[in-house]
Amino acid sequence: MSAVTDTAALSPSATSDRRGVRAPWALAAPALMLFVGVLVIPLAMTVMLSFHDWGQYKGIEPVFILKNWREIAADPYYLEMFGRTLRIALLTTLITAVLGAPEAYILNRMRGPWKSFFLLVILGPLLISVVARTLGWALLFGGNNGLVNKLLMSSGLIGAPLRFMFTETGMVVALAHVMMPFMVLSVWAALQRLDPQIENAALSLGAGPLTIIRRIVVPQIMPGVLSGAIIVFSLSASAFATPAIIGGRRLKVAATLAYDEFLNTLNWPLGAAVAILLLVALALIVVGSNALIERRYAEVFR
Amino acid sequence: MAYLELDRVGKQFGAQTVVDDFTLAVRKGEFISFLGPSGCGKTTTLQMIAGFLDLSRGAIRLEERDLARVHPAKRGLGIVFQSYALFPHMTAAENVAFGLEMRRLPRGERAERVRAALTMVGLSGYEERYPRRMSGGQQQRVALARALVIRPSVLLLDEPLSNLDAKLREGMQIELRQIQRTLGTTTILVTHDQNEAMSLSDRIVVMNQGRIEQVGTPQETYERPASAFVSQFLGKTNDFAAAIDRSASPARLVAGSWSAPAPAGATGVVTISIRPERIGFGDAGLAAKIVTRIFQGNHWLFQCESECGSAIVIRQNDGQPQPVEGDAVHLVWRADDMVLRTGGAT
Repeated sequence: MSAVTDTAALSPSATSDRRGVRAPWALAAPALMLFVGVLVIPLAMTVMLSFHDWGQYKGIEPVFILKNWREIAADPYYLEMFGRTLRIALLTTLITAVLGAPEAYILNRMRGPWKSFFLLVILGPLLISVVARTLGWALLFGGNNGLVNKLLMSSGLIGAPLRFMFTETGMVVALAHVMMPFMVLSVWAALQRLDPQIENAALSLGAGPLTIIRRIVVPQIMPGVLSGAIIVFSLSASAFATPAIIGGRRLKVAATLAYDEFLNTLNWPLGAAVAILLLVALALIVVGSNALIERRYAEVFR
Repeated sequence: MAYLELDRVGKQFGAQTVVDDFTLAVRKGEFISFLGPSGCGKTTTLQMIAGFLDLSRGAIRLEERDLARVHPAKRGLGIVFQSYALFPHMTAAENVAFGLEMRRLPRGERAERVRAALTMVGLSGYEERYPRRMSGGQQQRVALARALVIRPSVLLLDEPLSNLDAKLREGMQIELRQIQRTLGTTTILVTHDQNEAMSLSDRIVVMNQGRIEQVGTPQETYERPASAFVSQFLGKTNDFAAAIDRSASPARLVAGSWSAPAPAGATGVVTISIRPERIGFGDAGLAAKIVTRIFQGNHWLFQCESECGSAIVIRQNDGQPQPVEGDAVHLVWRADDMVLRTGGAT
């Protein structure tokens, strides 16, 4: 081993030097080609497409105009659409955080067979197609006589049946269910890094159970909650199947809007503009909040 | 008058008895060590005192008060954990202040006591540091300050020095002892390190398999071990099988070619236990041959093969010539220096 290193160090020939520079590129080439081929080129084409013209009879014209972007900026319809997307994603994130963090904490404190059982219950949904899960919710919601409404009314929580189908409420409920595993897993990972004695330490110093959670546990799993929130937010803002099934044609979000422009109106350039806008907005929000989180916790968590 | 009293304490995990019949009276201001190999129940006992585990049997009383009726948060004990368990999202000062905050001390007094505690452990100037930016020794000091600042009735130390390197550990031992002496805080240290237990404590509780083997001062446990386990766990020891020869008059204690007048009352087969540093080389005694000789600076370590099995001898490096490997020697010791146990060698 050391003999090989020595020889290499003693005779740094020109060829090995050049090979040293080239080798990383050669090794990265397959992945790089895949990345460029299936991501960068299609993305660039979509960006180009969003500047093309389109007409009912003439189809797509490869010219450079700002018509689609102007339409999105001017028509309040698109503002409403993106506003709804943002609202739904934010609410979903909030619900998964509020329910998922305690869920992960309780799960982490369980032991023996119960722990693995409930972990399976939580992660189970990931094994089922998102379409099947959402259709399941559609069945549960199903108009005024849906199971959810019957349960809520019989428990006395609500007087009149709520509308779930084709409403934002229904979308948020179904999305929160779909996204929950991501939040639980993210918080779970943060909990694994917690010193098992830390709660005892706080207890011995005189802290009650609520104080321990508020002052000791929550601040330490916050990075996990926040990274989970970023995952959930970006996935729900770009979710397609759930909004398409629960929201239907009536209640569109950015993803279903882009889909409709592409496949129903056949206005590909406008659809491309919507898709690009969604991508850019999401990228900005995610990168921005990530930078904020990293700065906030840099001192404490390396 | 016992300050902290453990009365026939037992702990059961399912069918497994982890601590059994643990009885101990700790005086106020005393420094006690629970010493034993891992799994001997010392940490479990500590956790029962702290209240993190419930007792299966017996009772723990602090100043006559049954601790079972006091919630762990209200016991007012200071604990230093093996992993330190510092709050990573708080600065050193915030860590130390936490216990005072829980006691709703006014801000001014809190700051004053935090500063005093950090100064005591030699960390003034580190108030705003986060634990991750501190060395192991510094984290250890913060943990100690955090436990002491609440003026605990009892300080519990769970292997606090085991994560430090040897040099740092020695320094911390001296400091810990000084701080404990100054404050007069009743302290219980859990450790598997016999040197640590001996250099720090007033009394050592030697534990094995959930039971107390011996309670005594470091000197007592070292020089008068109550069982074979204690003598072997506390430092090195030589065990020789010996017999009482009643044909001679008066009766003699015989081990190989070594013999001495038999102590009164001893009969049959016995085991002689002698510390290696109490054995010398003489003209007559237990015949042995030196197998290896190791120089360790202030002393020599000899491994010998004697008539009664292998033996270790430690001699001070006092400038006198020492036997070399292969030499035939005779091992001698004073009758006062040996401990006699009935039964064969273990």
